Amino acid sequence: MKRLLLLASFAAATLIPTMSQTPAGDAANGKKLFLRDGCYQCHGYAGQGGAAGARIAAIGLNAQGLIRYVRAPGGAMPAFTDKVITDQELTDVWAYLQTMPKAKAPKDIPLLNALEKK
Amino acid sequence: MIQLAETLQAPVLDRHFRMNFPTAHPLYGAGNVGSADVVLGLEVPDMWFVTHSQTPINRMGMQAKRITKTDAKVITIFAGDLFGKSNYQDFGRYDEVDLAIAADAQATLPLLIEECRKLITSDRKAALQQRGAKLAEVSKRNRERDIEQAAWGWDASPVSTARMAAELWNQIKTEDWSLVSDLTFVSNWPGRLWDFDKPYHFIGGHGAYGVGYGAPAAVGAALANKKHGRISVNIQCDGDLNYAPGVLWTAAHHRIPMLNVMHNNRAYHQELMYVEDMAARARRGVERAWIGTAITDPNIDYATMAKAYGMFSEGPIDNPNDLGPAIKRAIEVVKKGEPAMIDVVTQPR
Repeated sequence: MKRLLLLASFAAATLIPTMSQTPAGDAANGKKLFLRDGCYQCHGYAGQGGAAGARIAAIGLNAQGLIRYVRAPGGAMPAFTDKVITDQELTDVWAYLQTMPKAKAPKDIPLLNALEKK
Repeated sequence: MIQLAETLQAPVLDRHFRMNFPTAHPLYGAGNVGSADVVLGLEVPDMWFVTHSQTPINRMGMQAKRITKTDAKVITIFAGDLFGKSNYQDFGRYDEVDLAIAADAQATLPLLIEECRKLITSDRKAALQQRGAKLAEVSKRNRERDIEQAAWGWDASPVSTARMAAELWNQIKTEDWSLVSDLTFVSNWPGRLWDFDKPYHFIGGHGAYGVGYGAPAAVGAALANKKHGRISVNIQCDGDLNYAPGVLWTAAHHRIPMLNVMHNNRAYHQELMYVEDMAARARRGVERAWIGTAITDPNIDYATMAKAYGMFSEGPIDNPNDLGPAIKRAIEVVKKGEPAMIDVVTQPR
């Protein structure tokens, strides 16, 4: 029982500051960082992805999820440490990603609709 | 290749060294090396890169991992094995294969197909047909996924490479066309959206990310296509063109009909991504990766450059809605026997 309580206590102790240290991101600053730190290079200016990087527009990841991934990514992407980009800056980038439009359905794009029907 | 693949109902992965297999075929791209019991490499110069994955692990190192099943058999038929000399004159990594046949794959195929057909019993044939049906489903899903992905960034400026490929395909699909450039730097979008089904539809890749090869190779291929009346399409990387821009004059001087569409991402972009990668791993300087790699300040006006060499041109085009009409106008020029260029400001990849 004692051990269980200690764990619960630790969880509470870490959860509270995490919440308080995650203010809303600044999308305008996020856009600057997206360009400055080269996110667009692999993921595209529209976050659409391509051969060099995955789509990052309109993905179901919260700011903490994005930070966790950027610190320890999978595949060929290098880790970007907090020395390169801070948690707050990544939160701003996340806020910018939220402003990126979702794709239209291919059936609503005549050229792609024609390819789909082929 | 079609006969062999259909005989075995085996998926085909094209390494794009040349035009090998129709992209709309249900066995195209429907399999992966990791799940195969037998991997047959036909004229694959770097088989090691087929049987291994590589993951960067630090600033300069790569972790290599064999991705074939432990009991998979790897067989190669490769004419290059006939030309080996000393160790110092051979290139690439040697792969550990179960059977390396030093022979010309194209010349070997008829015999191989015949032998395979002899060995296939009626029971086996039924099993192969079932496998083929599953692979056709995979191929269909791949196609749907590609089209869905192409929709992302459709209206973006700079123009997405998927949009550029789709706009081009819309204009050339009813023509006798030939792509005289590589697919690597445009996320393989033509390979994913166009129907390649003739040997001359694709001239093959540059090999080893070579820069500077693209423009001269495209002009040469377009010259070869001229007597056949084909529309040669060159998706021209901006960095590549700056190595030998004089080939624009060559195309204009010799009246070589070809449609040049600039993939103008305003950078030596492969290098830019590499420097960015290294900077991130070194934990410093990611914001300076553009130095020596970006081609901006000033932006190069490729349409004016083409005009200077005597070529019809339009651009720079950064509104994707302007692209289709511009391509149409340029194709009219090409059909008259002249080269033309459309400068498109594009997404990086």
